[in-house]
Amino acid sequence: MKVLALDSSGLVASVAVVEDDNLLGEYTINYKKTHSQTLLPMLDEVAKMIELDLKTIDVIAVSAGPGSFTGLRIGSATAKGLALALDKKIVSVPTVDALAYNMWGSDAVVCPLMDARRNQTYTGLYEFVDGKMETIKAQCVVMLDEIVEIINALGRKVVFLGDGVPAFKEYLEANIKVPHMYAPASMNKQRAASVACLGASLADQGMAEDAKDHKPEYLRVSQAERERQEKERDFKIC
Amino acid sequence: MELENEKEVKILAIESSCDETAAAVIVNGRDLRSNVISSQIATHTLYGGVVPEIASRKHIEKINQVIEEALADADMTLSDIDAIGVTYGPGLVGALLVGVAEAKALSYASNIPLVGVHHIEGHISANYIENKDLEPPFLCLVVSGGHTHLVRVADYGKYEILGRTRDDAAGEAFDKVARAIGLGYPGGPKIEKVSHEGNPEAISFPRAKVGDGVYDFSFSGLKSAVLNYLNGCKMKGEDINQADVAASFQKSVTDVLVEHAANAIDEYKMDKFAIAGGVASNGTIRAAMEEMCKKKGVKFYHPSPILCTDNAAMIGAAAYYDFIAGKRAGLDLNAVPNLKLGD
Repeated sequence: MKVLALDSSGLVASVAVVEDDNLLGEYTINYKKTHSQTLLPMLDEVAKMIELDLKTIDVIAVSAGPGSFTGLRIGSATAKGLALALDKKIVSVPTVDALAYNMWGSDAVVCPLMDARRNQTYTGLYEFVDGKMETIKAQCVVMLDEIVEIINALGRKVVFLGDGVPAFKEYLEANIKVPHMYAPASMNKQRAASVACLGASLADQGMAEDAKDHKPEYLRVSQAERERQEKERDFKIC
Repeated sequence: MELENEKEVKILAIESSCDETAAAVIVNGRDLRSNVISSQIATHTLYGGVVPEIASRKHIEKINQVIEEALADADMTLSDIDAIGVTYGPGLVGALLVGVAEAKALSYASNIPLVGVHHIEGHISANYIENKDLEPPFLCLVVSGGHTHLVRVADYGKYEILGRTRDDAAGEAFDKVARAIGLGYPGGPKIEKVSHEGNPEAISFPRAKVGDGVYDFSFSGLKSAVLNYLNGCKMKGEDINQADVAASFQKSVTDVLVEHAANAIDEYKMDKFAIAGGVASNGTIRAAMEEMCKKKGVKFYHPSPILCTDNAAMIGAAAYYDFIAGKRAGLDLNAVPNLKLGD
């Protein structure tokens, strides 16, 4: 199976093409330019370099969230446009799962931390058992202290990664009571190759969807919706 | 038959700058084959106005369906399309980005040239679709919820902005006043409707002048005058006649728009005048413009209401003239929320 994968969920923009057990090309940048300016030119570079005929792609995998709302939509809209033109399906890969997959084979519990602002994090807990990634806690948005409490209760060694690490490190150092470490630069941010590998396995399980039905998974309602819901709740209490 | 095909340029256009997800197919900039608009107005009404994040979320959910429908309605597939046009500004950045990213990916994967279109240029070009005889030069007043521009269209793709609003757009003033008198969102159609029962001369609201820019507009003063009037009535315990306030406010906006247009027609010796944008579907404003043009012996143009509101047909019309002029966008095309006309 040949998978084209995109990730623009965070600060990093990443594109990869994976065919079965081979990574044919991967391009990842973490630079100040917007994803709108970088993502498609990056795909074009990779495609040219590996002489990719886009029609030979079997499925398009996209890091579908959580993450930056705008970033997610750039990835999703790009995937949807490609899928519409090429008549392919899209497989939505949970962003936090894909981040955890960077640490394939780790003997520690894997905890990706994305900065969700307002003292919250997009996170989850994973482990690798016999070469398979198992989910201990599915991706979610929680207060930082909540995930720290869960990790301490688990009482196992943990490895942290993700763009939330620099923002949360001080708090982690003060509050984590289990052995812990931080992933290095080679694997601590989003990588489209991981999105592609997980995407292939999800597609194998029949999880690919029609391009028109695909949408990001924000894990959060918009601020306006939240305020409206709060107002309605207040009304009911009164 | 082949010759006929050769001169046909078929454009697929995409628009997502605010709260409508839209796609259309148009041939040679004037022959509209399909025009699909997925409106989010019901959702935004809950919030009393457009919520950018919600608009962006709706766009990404609908965009493929809207494009597929536009192609199907036109009885075409992507392989029939010669160019893709997309709005890249001005507008809500998150909303624009959905259309831009989608259009770029479509263009890239199907090897179809891409043209970036200015939203206002689209509104102006809406007039070409139903008025086959309309060609530049002409004067155009673009009035919508986000824009108020008096533009001299010197040639296709060549625009000179004579005046613009210094603060609120005309449509924005309609929304704000509608909210203040309890009509709700969207303000334009609601104010127009109740105005029919009101007296436009009942209350004298100011006709705002902007000192140094002859053709510039200002509507925030008018909005404040309405709010002051409402407050005054409340303090004095007087009843507010909603219809009279609406009609008098609408009259004030109409007078300013007509006066500026009339002066520009005289100064630039124009013999054609067009209106465009969401507010151009206001019957009272349209009638006043038509009357003014009639008096001056100037030919008056306006799009049907469905082409006044945000739509992709108008983006396709504009994209056609940009396309034949050789304008092309690259894979790095970005959304530009405050894009200026002529950039």
